[in-house]
Amino acid sequence: MFKFIAKRLTATIIVVTLVSISVFLIFAFLPMDPARLTCGKACSPPVIEANRHRLGLDVPVQVQYGRFVKGLFVGRHFGEGQAKIECAAPAFGYSFNRHECVTTLIAEAFPVTFSLAIGAFILWLLLGISLGVLAARRQGKWPDKASTVFVLVGFSLPTFVSGILIYLLALKLNIINPIESGKWVSPFTDPVGWLKNFYLPWIVLALAFAAAYTRFTRSNVIETSSEDYIRTARAKGLSEKVILRKHTLRAALAPIVTIAGLDFAGLLGGAIITEQIFNLPGLGRLSLRAVLIDYDLPVIVSTTILAATFVVVMNLVVDILYAYIDPRVRVG
Amino acid sequence: MRPFLEVKNLSVSFPTQDGLVRASNDISFTVARGETLAIVGESGSGKSVTSLAVMGLHNRNAANISGEAILNLETGPIDAISAAPEVVRKLRGKSMAMIFQDPMSALHPYYSIGDQIAEAWGLYNKGSKSDGIKRAIEMLDLVGIPGAAKRVKEFPHQFSGGMRQRVMIAMALVNNPSLLIADEPTTALDVTVQSQILKLLKDMQREFNMAVILITHDLGVVAEVADRACVMYAGKIVEQSAIDEIYYTPDHPYTIGLLNSIPRLDELGGKRLHAIPGQPPSLISLPRGCAFRARCAFSHLVPNNRCATEVPNLDEKFKGHFSRCHLTEAQLTEARKSVGGRE
Repeated sequence: MFKFIAKRLTATIIVVTLVSISVFLIFAFLPMDPARLTCGKACSPPVIEANRHRLGLDVPVQVQYGRFVKGLFVGRHFGEGQAKIECAAPAFGYSFNRHECVTTLIAEAFPVTFSLAIGAFILWLLLGISLGVLAARRQGKWPDKASTVFVLVGFSLPTFVSGILIYLLALKLNIINPIESGKWVSPFTDPVGWLKNFYLPWIVLALAFAAAYTRFTRSNVIETSSEDYIRTARAKGLSEKVILRKHTLRAALAPIVTIAGLDFAGLLGGAIITEQIFNLPGLGRLSLRAVLIDYDLPVIVSTTILAATFVVVMNLVVDILYAYIDPRVRVG
Repeated sequence: MRPFLEVKNLSVSFPTQDGLVRASNDISFTVARGETLAIVGESGSGKSVTSLAVMGLHNRNAANISGEAILNLETGPIDAISAAPEVVRKLRGKSMAMIFQDPMSALHPYYSIGDQIAEAWGLYNKGSKSDGIKRAIEMLDLVGIPGAAKRVKEFPHQFSGGMRQRVMIAMALVNNPSLLIADEPTTALDVTVQSQILKLLKDMQREFNMAVILITHDLGVVAEVADRACVMYAGKIVEQSAIDEIYYTPDHPYTIGLLNSIPRLDELGGKRLHAIPGQPPSLISLPRGCAFRARCAFSHLVPNNRCATEVPNLDEKFKGHFSRCHLTEAQLTEARKSVGGRE
């Protein structure tokens, strides 16, 4: 098991490095010039060059990457003299648009996105798995048909439609305060406020994901139910309840761990549409603003690398979890 | 004393979109403790369907089951067909147990074999998990798994096919059942391993004084372990008798054909193997008359085309020897000779 984890960990580090290099290269070769964007109409070649130096973009791309990596481990400073700015490790860079270290921006946005993701994740797993099991157990009966309808609706409604509908409904019913709802409240200081802020976006995201999980759980439970080892469990004299809980679900839900992990990781990178609709200051909105409004390269590069890292790391977690669930994976 | 299991007029059919599949029809047999009954037949002849019905393992919504399967327990007889599902469930594993064809897929891949055996034990015994594991080690020892104490923690994929079938047997026998149904227990195994498993089954039967139903398509297996045999064809029993009589005086053309299709060591030398021509009929639309008629080499001997119009009864031709055929005994004797049957 230790060997297995060590191997996967090494692979993960390599992948994260490769991902960060490719993100760097992509943005280095884009035809946009961040230095040109810093000064608008007041731009003259000397100003652009000075800003380019301040942004650290006047050196070859490999040096930029080197500085970026170094900054992650030991921190980094930008500009000189009076205008010198220190960003402590792990420093992702400095946003000249927002006048903040990127790490600070991320640290502010991440709890919002994490809150959104974890709540929605739990909700859609509960909903998707229980509906899926119900549909599988009552195959062809009304619970199965009802869940199929739910799945169709959930699947075909994009989050920007369901999100806006729910948001408008909440406004109409006066259960959401459009000004207050966008403020970050920590679940540790104000759990009720936190819940109030997040339950609607959770429902929106959960609806979108639960549909697929219902379908997936249903087909997995049906398939597993016809396995020989389920017949063996029945031949032993186990009750249907125990067979379902201990034998069928264990095998049927194992593959769900994989997609659930990846879906969750994807959300951690930012749920752009949902965050935008509900005015949540998470990673999604941070990236959106950096791309659309500011062309804030350090923020874009950092959030992109971060999102990719979440996926890769979550993949590792899933692999380890899977090895724990399925003993056949452990060897090797 | 009555035999432990008495199956009477058991029929199982499955309604499908194409029609009613009559998988097994009017099956009657008995098995006593200490006795091995073989149910022989090709794929789709209704062997497994019959035994799954006895175990109550059919989905009652998907299968129509009629008849009786009476288990004569010490506490009194129970009909496993008409009893409530919950009652039958509590017979499974304790009074009757079953092992299956493919030991590769019959064990849960995610649980250690110790856990799986302990789970079966824990259903009917009070005791902690570690008591269950102790019992599992004893059982693994008994079925001949070397290093049982160590291997009890291992998972099914770490065992070979033969070893897995031993594990299955250990699990089936952990509660000392009175009846063991072995559904093609050696079909998925190497020939050398097959005979080990058969010997093990025989030993276990002696050890636990069980009634054993052995389902197989392999007449070689039957010869090795069975006391009596039922030959099934197209959902019906066509011949039933003590094992020697099945081999030496088969009383149904199908049985004769089956015995003839076994390769014989004393008949080497380029001779083609005998085969029964054709295929079994569809269980949805069984032909009128005898189901075997289309493949039977002797039906022309029966006058008035009775084979095509009249379903033969399962008659007792000799004491304890039943056969479902219109041919007279003299004609059958000729039939055995004409195809080189074993006289």
